[in-house]
Amino acid sequence: MTTAPNTYTEFRPLATAHHGYDVQRVRRDFPILTQKVHGKPLVYLDNAATTQKPRQVLDAIVSYYSEDNANVHRGVHQLSERATEAYERARGIAQRFLNAARPEEIIFVRGTTEAINLVAQTYGRRNVVAGDEIIITAMEHHSNIVPWQMLCEEKGARLRVVPINDRGELILEEYSKLLGRKTKLVAVGHVSNALGTINPIRRIVELAHQQGVPVLVDGAQAAPRMKVDVRELDADFYAFSGHKIYGPTGIGVLYGKASLLDAMPPYQGGGDMISSVTFEKTLYNKLPHKFEAGTPHMEGAIGLGAALEYVNQLGIDNVQAHEQDVLAYATEQVSAIPGVCLIGTARKKTGVLSFVLESVHPHDIGTILDQEGIAIRTGHHCAQPVMQRFGVPATARASFGLYNTREDVDALVCGLNKVREVFA
Amino acid sequence: MADLRDLYQEVILEHSKQPRNYRELGDANHKAEGYNPLCGDHFTVYLKMDGEKIQDVSFQGSGCAISKASASMMTQSVKGKTLAEAEKIFEQFHKLVTGAEHNGTQEELGKLAVFSGVSEFPVRVKCATLAWHTLHAALEGKQEAISTE
Repeated sequence: MTTAPNTYTEFRPLATAHHGYDVQRVRRDFPILTQKVHGKPLVYLDNAATTQKPRQVLDAIVSYYSEDNANVHRGVHQLSERATEAYERARGIAQRFLNAARPEEIIFVRGTTEAINLVAQTYGRRNVVAGDEIIITAMEHHSNIVPWQMLCEEKGARLRVVPINDRGELILEEYSKLLGRKTKLVAVGHVSNALGTINPIRRIVELAHQQGVPVLVDGAQAAPRMKVDVRELDADFYAFSGHKIYGPTGIGVLYGKASLLDAMPPYQGGGDMISSVTFEKTLYNKLPHKFEAGTPHMEGAIGLGAALEYVNQLGIDNVQAHEQDVLAYATEQVSAIPGVCLIGTARKKTGVLSFVLESVHPHDIGTILDQEGIAIRTGHHCAQPVMQRFGVPATARASFGLYNTREDVDALVCGLNKVREVFA
Repeated sequence: MADLRDLYQEVILEHSKQPRNYRELGDANHKAEGYNPLCGDHFTVYLKMDGEKIQDVSFQGSGCAISKASASMMTQSVKGKTLAEAEKIFEQFHKLVTGAEHNGTQEELGKLAVFSGVSEFPVRVKCATLAWHTLHAALEGKQEAISTE
């Protein structure tokens, strides 16, 4: 492998990268990828925002509605039994995907954002008092900032922020200094959506646990890209979204250790989360139902289950190796374009290539690439503090999925050269 | 590339690279800030009004080629105009970039007609109109930063 102008020597495509992973066959599973945009073949490089869905997921949803649809956990009739079985089966798939100890540690939520809000509004409101501190990092997505800000404002608590270095890596010494008697919770992203940085979660958790502090991990960008083992990480809470891992929107997972979830008050009140109701007193249902008020997103859970099975079948390690190969190639090719400056050059990175192009605003890059059929994200990526840290108003971001190829990167490079032509 | 050249006309690219009236106006008696949170574009528009007349106008800030060129050309087109005339130009400009009206407006808009290509790119309408909304806010004497959202 040729070395890029900068130091990206950490990309070590695993030995399996080109063996047994047939990306062309994978692409055929995604109907949306065959279309043309502005007359050019679609090159979809906005996977950190949302991913496309394989036929297997679409089929699972159609088949659920065609054959099994009924409300879950209620009816004694056949369809309700089947729907309940399909819904709970999806929970089991998610449990094994994260290697959680028990299925009831998997709470279905709308997505990562709701998962974090759930923890802030239940665990947080119960345990945080005036003068306490919550630690987050400078590379968090807004959804792992704002729920904690709201909690801190309500309780008179203080939000502390772990700084990052110029490569976009956490400064762990500063983190250690922030951890203390006042810390009530640490909330940290596993992989940064704006920079691609992989954070050392195992170490972060270890340091927090030494102080008796629980850790919530925002896994929205990690779960689709790398093996996540919540027990190995020893994470107390772990959240991810279905739509970023080739599943439907509106469904996601909150993993929590049963001991913590058991002690937490419910999030929302309603059906399914109760075991008995009188006007004097309501007894709450046991886990996981305590946190799943109302008729759940059954179609979503079943679609998510199908998506996780799809990823399992390809093998998450193979997916990671493939994406690392594409990212390494993209890093090399894009950084060789005159005027390009990469934002986020962590030694451990995945999935995301954020960059700015000298004297061209990312918005203009996005419009011109779109005319070439290439979909990227431009803007602040819901991580405005990251933009401020690097002194840019916005970046252009190409993010890769399990169906992207080196040819997609070639198209991106060609498109960026068109941008340079227009602005020459 | 035909479509792209409609959007990124030479005049627009030239203004984005060398914006006119790009400075703080020391003796401004009106100013306003405009912000597009989606893309981070951020401009300040300065005005020196003499009664109803825009005696001088300038801007500063950062943004994409479309928003910057639009701000630059706006300052040229409204300088020396009355408040009512400036609002009238904005109204026609808005119709032009949203594609709401195709007849007649282009001539009255003069050089600003180069922005007609924007109507083919709906997500870029906010870029083209940010400076104008900011000007409008400055004329009305609004203190808070205005936002496109």
